[in-house]
Amino acid sequence: MRPVRPIAAAVAAALLALLAGCATNGSATTGSRHHAGTLTVLAAASLTESFTDLAHAFEKQHPGVHVRLSFDSSATLAEQITQGAPADVLATADTRTMHTVVAAHDTAAAPRLFATNTLVLVVPKRNPGDIETFADIEKPGVSYVMCVPSAPCGALTRQELAADHVTAKPASQEVDVKAVLTKVSLGQADAGFVYATDADSAQDKVEVLPIPNSAKFVNQYPIVAIKGSDRPDLARAWVDLVLSDRGQKVLADYGFGSP
Amino acid sequence: MSRSAALGRVPVRLIAPAALAVAFLLLPLVSLLVHTPWTRLVSELGTGAVRDALLLSLETSALAMVVAAVLGTPLAWLLARVSFPGHSLLRLLVTVPLVLPPVVAGVALLTALGRQGLLGQPLFNGFGITVGFTTVAVVIAHAFVALPFYVISVEGALRAADPEYDVVAATLGADRWTVFHRVTLPLALPGVFAGLVLGWARSLGEFGATITFAGNFRGTTQTLPLLVYQRLQADQDAAIAVSVILLATSLLVLALLRERWFTTAVQQ
Repeated sequence: MRPVRPIAAAVAAALLALLAGCATNGSATTGSRHHAGTLTVLAAASLTESFTDLAHAFEKQHPGVHVRLSFDSSATLAEQITQGAPADVLATADTRTMHTVVAAHDTAAAPRLFATNTLVLVVPKRNPGDIETFADIEKPGVSYVMCVPSAPCGALTRQELAADHVTAKPASQEVDVKAVLTKVSLGQADAGFVYATDADSAQDKVEVLPIPNSAKFVNQYPIVAIKGSDRPDLARAWVDLVLSDRGQKVLADYGFGSP
Repeated sequence: MSRSAALGRVPVRLIAPAALAVAFLLLPLVSLLVHTPWTRLVSELGTGAVRDALLLSLETSALAMVVAAVLGTPLAWLLARVSFPGHSLLRLLVTVPLVLPPVVAGVALLTALGRQGLLGQPLFNGFGITVGFTTVAVVIAHAFVALPFYVISVEGALRAADPEYDVVAATLGADRWTVFHRVTLPLALPGVFAGLVLGWARSLGEFGATITFAGNFRGTTQTLPLLVYQRLQADQDAAIAVSVILLATSLLVLALLRERWFTTAVQQ
């Protein structure tokens, strides 16, 4: 009996620590470092820079509140929320992915549009594929990358490729827009389709080429508070901040259009 | 029988956690099967994307094992039978990919073999060769993560085989190469097969290094795990169906190998 006790105690302690860890992640606010709580915001990968800025502003406005940001493909985030992942706010890069969350009755209110984005073609600064215009991605031997069609950026890319009658196949379909940007800025791919805002964020590594029909294809970004949030007040405040003049200015600074 | 009788009853404090471990391991697999849309499974099997991914997965994991056998067997022999300075350091370095998170493995491969990589840049500038986004990249990623599993497994088998047989063969006039392929290797064959199966399973399930280094495109780099991940973004039922196909594939191959190879290897 005796030699088992300490081990059993250690195992129990480890299990408890694990459970406590899960619980902190799980209910977002209960076990957080601050008494004022934590706000969990799930946002499309293309919002990485702008929402990080806004999180700093939000934390200043609400002392003691910690904003937890999670960036991923909108499709992945929507899936996470319908599977019951704890979140207070969701911002996606198109209305299609948002609709799956609305259809699952996981939203606390009607989603509001807060930004728009268009696609551009980016090539690495050294331009290994020697791409001067959009039409050059059809040249033999050129490898271009795009998002998977299930992600908003991929759906938009597919529409534009069809509209411009591009038949060349991509070398890879990446899981989100940041992965596409990485493959291009590393020089691994000759070209890639990313949002205008992402191209902005990597100006020192990539060259931007316009796409002929891009003005016709615009993604609308909706934002919504999630039902069952522990802090509906903070969730609403975040949505308000994004829609406010201040929020809109931050988004515009990063190249987003207004809806 | 008599020995276990002499040891007395199996203690509950061992049985209970063991049972918990079994439940923990089986619950997710059982739930996967419970959630499987079986009609979708059949229709998914018929889609080109699943067939392409299945063939690519089988092809790349098999090729990765060829690489492992050709390069890994001599390395395992070196580690098991030859003493040289820096032996334990080498062994440590070889096993690093075992503990490396797969995504990190992918990033590391990119920095080595990407177009701007240490080896990739001269390859691209000198010969116009790009490894990324090709099936070769998938095989490289698989071999990178699976090779240590193979080497460790074979090294263990070689260590377990009695080196006296090597010595006897040598005293009878066999040179070291002859000893290796006529005596040492045949004795370690079960370990070699175990290593191949272990590495193959690791390779079949490989995701992080592949998507990071090789990319994701149907027919060239989209293996079954990548397809599962992509389907999960859009259609959960399809993702579960493809997962079950992946699970069935690995179980089927493992069962076949067990039947055909392990028994004969052990009998030898």
